[in-house]
Amino acid sequence: MDHAIAVRDLDVDRGGRRVLDGISCRVPRGTVTGLLGPSGSGKTTFMRAVVGVQVISDGTVTVLGQPAGTPALRHRVGYLTQAPSVYADLTVRENARYFAALYGRGRVEADRAISDVGLAEAAGQLVATLSGGQRSRASLACALVGEPELVILDEPTVGQDPVLRADLWARFHAMAAAGTTLLVSSHVMDEAARCDRLLLIRQGRLIADDSPAAIRAAAGVDDLDEAFLRLIRASETRRATTGPEGS
Amino acid sequence: MKPRILMATTGRILRQLRHDRRTIALLVVVPAALLTLVYFMYVDQPTPPGQPTTFDRIALVMLGIFPFVIMFLVTSIAMLRERTSGTLERLLTTPLGKLDLLFGYGIAFGLAAAVQATVAAAVAYWVFDLDTAGSFGLVIGIAVIDAVLGVALGLLCSAFARTEFQAVQFLPVVVVPQLLLCGLFVARDQMAGWLQALSDAFPLSYAIEALQEVGTHAEPTGRMWRDVAVVLGAVVVALVLAAATLRRRSG
Repeated sequence: MDHAIAVRDLDVDRGGRRVLDGISCRVPRGTVTGLLGPSGSGKTTFMRAVVGVQVISDGTVTVLGQPAGTPALRHRVGYLTQAPSVYADLTVRENARYFAALYGRGRVEADRAISDVGLAEAAGQLVATLSGGQRSRASLACALVGEPELVILDEPTVGQDPVLRADLWARFHAMAAAGTTLLVSSHVMDEAARCDRLLLIRQGRLIADDSPAAIRAAAGVDDLDEAFLRLIRASETRRATTGPEGS
Repeated sequence: MKPRILMATTGRILRQLRHDRRTIALLVVVPAALLTLVYFMYVDQPTPPGQPTTFDRIALVMLGIFPFVIMFLVTSIAMLRERTSGTLERLLTTPLGKLDLLFGYGIAFGLAAAVQATVAAAVAYWVFDLDTAGSFGLVIGIAVIDAVLGVALGLLCSAFARTEFQAVQFLPVVVVPQLLLCGLFVARDQMAGWLQALSDAFPLSYAIEALQEVGTHAEPTGRMWRDVAVVLGAVVVALVLAAATLRRRSG
């Protein structure tokens, strides 16, 4: 089993609208995979399906060799939601220790997760008193504290200082080098270039699934932004000529 | 349920409470202050010979009602905050079991209620000379069980509220009918048959009856133990129903 995530023909409907449409892809273990796409394209829904908290209409989602949402996977998958979900009336350290305890980890792991996200100085502070960026890093620490094999991060670097952002990406690559698989959503292209692989989603469909270099080569441009634009135009032309059922 | 996770969750909820000094002050002071009002309302009322004074009768019931009402409110808002802040969804992606969370709330707020009930009962007995045939310890024990009933019903009701506005509306829906029919205003055996049937269906009626048994009997009675068992049964049913409303997977 060399894929951390294997998705086949995934359809998701929400409120009578198709949000994900026939997505198939594989995420290799030990890589940082970027999930790119504009707001509303279905990134969060895709991540929720991988974590196993999303009701799906059709298809299969296999995570670390088991169907997504299997109880045993709760020990092995870490999930960072887009909105920071930590307790505002606890300190950073109390939050990290609580989530550590849920995964059977202790104070040492909690303190390490806090310093890994650059919050060691603010560990004793109530989350309610943190800035937005610090709060989302506190939430990130709680997603990493269980040392999961697969980490799903929904926009972890929004609003972060550029130096910190670089630190976090270095941290993600160090984790991948140690064997962890990371799926990271973003809408910032300079972050896309830092990923080993990219998944580009637009209007619920998967438009590209390749390494940044291969995507640049396929589009014939060096700039990833421009490459995505060309891929989107090409996929629209293909859909227009083969009809709505074509892919 | 896993003891380690249950303990961590109980500790986390108590830590949240500890950071909220004002809530702690309100929890401890308000029941005692309300008992003071009750005392001065009834202090000059004549007592028929051979009967307990009106204050003794009402204060004893209030020692059960305050923790029930307060913990119902506190819990339904706390659980709603778990839902709206996203922490509940996150918790359900971790190894935490649903009952770990619900019993964690039950134990944490039950401990808070024990402190609250001890202060309120101490004021009632030693400041206002509350007189009961049964023991102080039994009164506190039953008050804590009443609080846990409030917690369990609060957890269940919060599943049906999307906002704080809706959550507080469950107080008149769920709590007030139980207060009206628990035997405080009209003795249960003097109510119309259909009201008695309703009263029999409400768990608070048994909680209050248990306190009244302690008020009139020096030793714990069989009826008191039966009442306590009924209330604890209602707690377990409410918690299991509340667990059924927690969905790990959503649309």
